[in-house]
Parts: sequence; structure tokens; C-alpha cells
Amino acid sequence: MSEISWTGQRSPSRSMAGERQGANLADLLERILDKGIVIVGDVRVNLLDIELLTIKLRLLVASVDRAKEMGIDWWEHDPSLSSKARQKEVDGQGDREQLEEENRRLRERLAALEAGADGAAERTGDGKESSS
Amino acid sequence: MTAPGLAGQTAGAHGTAGPSDTGVYLYGVARGLDPAALGDTTGVAGAPVRGVAAAGLTALVSTVRLAEYGEAALRANLEDLEWLEATARAHHDVVDRAAHAAPTAPVRIATIYRDDARVAEVLTDEGGRFTEVLDLIAGRSEWGVKAYADPALLRGDTGQDATDPGGGLAPGAEPPTGPAPAHTPGDASPGGVGTAYLRRRQQERRRRADAGRRVGEQADAVHAELADHAVASRHHPPQDPRLSGRDGTQILNVAYLLDEEQVEGFLAVTRAAAEKLAGIEVEVTGPWPPYSFIEPGEV
Repeated sequence: MSEISWTGQRSPSRSMAGERQGANLADLLERILDKGIVIVGDVRVNLLDIELLTIKLRLLVASVDRAKEMGIDWWEHDPSLSSKARQKEVDGQGDREQLEEENRRLRERLAALEAGADGAAERTGDGKESSS
Repeated sequence: MTAPGLAGQTAGAHGTAGPSDTGVYLYGVARGLDPAALGDTTGVAGAPVRGVAAAGLTALVSTVRLAEYGEAALRANLEDLEWLEATARAHHDVVDRAAHAAPTAPVRIATIYRDDARVAEVLTDEGGRFTEVLDLIAGRSEWGVKAYADPALLRGDTGQDATDPGGGLAPGAEPPTGPAPAHTPGDASPGGVGTAYLRRRQQERRRRADAGRRVGEQADAVHAELADHAVASRHHPPQDPRLSGRDGTQILNVAYLLDEEQVEGFLAVTRAAAEKLAGIEVEVTGPWPPYSFIEPGEV
């Protein structure tokens, strides 16, 4: 019933050379995207962008193929999620404000989604409290 | 794909400046790394990886085309999940390879400099900070532990039919005192049936809440025990099941920082926990470079 599944090496001293099966994308992204030392590079990457991306990815699916299969590409077209879509709307004016607003909206959306996911464990689906 | 112009070891602050259409991608900073340990690791976009040495540290870098890693390109590429996955995996491969050989501090994805000289300058300027981080993670590795609860466990199902009125299953649930449920239609004044129905729903809800609480307590207990066998721990937000690709509700997603000599004991504890908990699956990943234990702070 209960089991442990191992991914990765059993011993840190063993080299991972040639090991390609690697980590699952969710584990990888939550570390690579969100963690690590932040230093300013010569190529300007807006950290808010990265933060947004992190939030987006938490809403995302395991593989692009599967996402396309499921028709989940809304973030590419939704101006509140995609700077590509946004560029049609904004021409760099108040960009930071835009991002902050976007960030706030995404956080709300994420909170709602996470509440939904948690609720799935508790909700009966009727959602109504019966008064007794 | 043309081969990048720079290759081999570049030392010190007089690095070869690449042509202006290339930049230098920084993966992380290592201390006491023998460049041979990198072997033939390829980095982002298949570029070779090299070390830039300064201030007693080694920066792990690749030359990249600004057409792909410049400001405008990055903005678009970061939103392309396929590109992002390839870049993230390459970034990780390099950091991981180095971390197996020497203390290595990963930097955030998409940190790009003009040329090696600029990288050396950053090593010198930020040396104190890198050293502090490297001191914290030297000789340590990160391990991830995730636990998934069987949905039936969270519903509080105990193998009985879900329509069972089930008074008494949940601690504190009142036994049904209303009319018997619907299969005895005789005494059904609408109010009576409705009341009984509502009471059943209420009991179900209570059972689920109790089950959820029990599962949560088990997760907390497992974490407390694991934390006793680790230097530090960091909770990650639960992963979206679509992203983790797993059924079951993720009730635990924590990274632990372990000294090398703690690893064996820690893993034994995870195995014991998994055996002891029915309906809960424990997944361990690692060793990771200590990503989760580097406090990101802006410069």
C-alpha cells in the first residue's frame, strides 16, 4: 500500500554522469526558477517576470504535449498571463505597474485555485451548510 | 547551431570578450572545483561549459547567443514551456555535476553577463556573499520528500458503502435518530426524510473533516521526525496534481538539508514512515544541489 519511490541517486557521492531520467519537471522548476542566488546580470531580466512565471507554472501542466492535448494554452493568449499577448495592449508605458497589477491578479487567481484544490478534499460538492 | 566562439578554461579578469552577439550564461559558483569534474557536460543550448576563476571561486559558465538569451528573446522564451524545460534541465545538469564534486551555489535561471571579464568582476564583488552561502551548504545535500494521501483516506471511507448513514464512524458523530433512510418509504413525511438526509450529509462532512485532520496530523508527525534528522528544512507549496502528474492529494512537500553522515539515517526514517502509514505514499528525491537553502536576496 505505502511505498517509497526513488528518483535520483542513493548516494550523493555517486556521479550522475549520463543520468538523464532526472527529476520531474515540477520538482525541477520549483527549485530552478524560484531558488538560487539572485544577482543582477548584464542582460536585464525583470524579476517580477520570473516571479510571475513561477506563479504561472504552478498553474501549469506536466508537459507541453499534454497541455496542447487538453487545449490548455490559454496563458499564451490571455493578456493577464502572457507578455506576448500583453504587448499588443501595452507599449511599455507603466510596465512595472502593469506587472504588479498582473502579479496581484495572478496571486488572487492562484489563491482561488489552491483553495479549490484544498476544498476538493473537504467539500461535498453541495457547498451549502445545513443549519441544524 | 554554430559552435560558440569561446571554449576551454578562461582564468582571471582578462577573459576573452565574445563578439557582441554573444553573452555569458552563469549557472552557479563553486569553491575548490577541479575543472576536470565538469567533463564534457553540455549546458544550455548544447553549449560547452567552462570555469571562470576569480577571488578563489569558480563561476560555471557557457557562451550563449543573445538572439536566444538577450533581453527581448528571454522574455518570449521564458514563456515557452518547452524552451523553459530544456533550459532548466541544462541549468540543473551543470549545477548538479559540479555539486557532486565541490560545494556549488546555484544562481537563478537566466543570469547572463556580457563576457568572462564581467563574470570575474562579479565573483570579486560578490565574493563575500558567495562564500557565506558556500559555507552553509558545503558537505551537505538537499533531499525532497513528498507524501500523497489516497483520496479514500481523505474521504474517511472505511470500506463501507458511501451511502451508509454511518453514525459513530466519526468520533462525536451522533447516531441517526431520525427516520430510517429512503429504502423504508412508509414513514416518510417530507420533513423527516429531509432532516435525515441533512443529518447524513452533516455526518459525511464531519467524517471528511476528521479524516483530513488525521491525515494532516500524520503528515506533521512525519515531517517532525524527518526534521530531527536534518540540518534544516523548507516547505514548498503543494504541487498542482497536473504538474506533479500524480494521483492522490499531496499532503507534504518539503526539502531537507542533510549533512553527508545524516543521509543514511534520514532515508531509513522515510522508509519506516512509509511502511507504517497505510494509504499514504512517500516519495523521496535526491540528492539535489541545495537549491532550497539559498535565501534569495536582491543585490
